[in-house]
Formats: sequence, structure tokens, C-alpha cells
Amino acid sequence: MITIFIPTPLRRFAAEQAKVNVNAKNVAEAIRSLTSIHPSLTPYIYDEAELIRKHVRIYLGEDDIREKDGINTLLKEGDELSIIPAIAGGSI
Amino acid sequence: MSTSIQQDILTKIETHLEAAYPNEACGFLLGSQIRKKRIITHLIEVENRSTENQRRRFVIDPLDYMKAERFAAKEGLTLLGIYHSHPDHPAIPSVHDLEYAQQFFSYFIHRIAAGKMTDSRSYRLLDGKFIEEKFTILDLKEQIQL
Repeated sequence: MITIFIPTPLRRFAAEQAKVNVNAKNVAEAIRSLTSIHPSLTPYIYDEAELIRKHVRIYLGEDDIREKDGINTLLKEGDELSIIPAIAGGSI
Repeated sequence: MSTSIQQDILTKIETHLEAAYPNEACGFLLGSQIRKKRIITHLIEVENRSTENQRRRFVIDPLDYMKAERFAAKEGLTLLGIYHSHPDHPAIPSVHDLEYAQQFFSYFIHRIAAGKMTDSRSYRLLDGKFIEEKFTILDLKEQIQL
């Protein structure tokens, strides 16, 4: 079982749950399972090309999956994934 | 929807943002939301991780975001928004602010003019645009009553 942490702004699209458990062998499978359970999350995670959105980060534990094998990163029983919105801005 | 912020939190924001001037500074706002009533009671200061130009940009480390969510869960709070400064610029969201905006969050923007906080405004994302949300400031007496 893999646990996926849902950030506060997206919980309303996941039945107000902070965590969702899925069965998956890699990150891509886990996120697909998540969006099949909660389809309303889909446009907030994937872009039009069905790639992970530019401003969405996915962490395995405390590691950015982009520094591993991206969505092909392998998962093992008990792993925790976090979906994290990129937070940034500026005055101009 | 009504949004309130405790006076002591606003004072902490002011101290944080003025100390960081002329750079932008940022942090998280936490509290509770019951139905359409949002009350900000806590803040978490975080480091501006922008490697571009900290006078005009702020970036929050994803690990700091994770820590803020964990703190909220542990304390029974809700992560309600983000605050950041606009040094010598109006407290109005920029295109860059909009690009990264999340639904649900209150975005408190504070103008710091010549090192002093002179304006504070809050915005929410609605249909892809920022809408200013009025907020009330709760003084100590009102906080105790809550």
C-alpha cells in the first residue's frame, strides 16, 4: 500500500481527505490510481499533454521524484508520496 | 466567506517583512475555517529560496511546504494561506503571483515602503483571477472571546 498526501488546496477534490491509499509499483501508477479514485483532481495534477503540471511537485518521502526516475520511480510497500504545489510569486 | 486575522499575527508579519526589506519575505498562515468563517491564528516564517532576485521574487521550498502541512495536522489547524511582501511596490498581485496561485488559499500581500509596512491586502483565486477579500483584524479581547 502506498500513501499519497493531498495538499490542503486540493482536498476539496479528494472528498476532503488528507491521505489516500493506493496500490502501485511506481509513481505514475500511484498518481493514476489516485485520479481514478478522485477524478476531480485530474486537471490539477496533469496538464493538457497528460504530463504532471509544471507547478506540481511530487515527493517520495523527502526526495523530489525529478531527482530520481521521475514518474517511473519505483515504489515499495509503505512508501509515502506527497503532492506539493509550487509556491512562489513576486512584486513584478 | 469572512476572513479574520489576529492582531498579534499581523504584527509578527510586519516584523518579519520589515526585517527582510529590501528583499521579499514570505510565510504560511494557519488557523481554522468553519463553514465560511476563516480565522488566521498562527504563522510560520519561511526562508525565501529564490535564486533569481529576492527583491522581486519569492520561492518557498517544497520541504518547507511539507513541514507546514505536518505542523497544521499535528496542531489541528488548517493551512489557510501565504503571506509575502512587495518591497516598494503596491500590495496588488503581480502576474507572477497569479501564475503560482492556488485555489482555497488566502494570499496576504504587504507593501513595504522604505522599510515600513504601509498596506496589507488579501486575495483569493476565483475562476483564474485574483479577487480581493476584505479581512478583519481581531484584537486581543476578541481573540480571548474566540
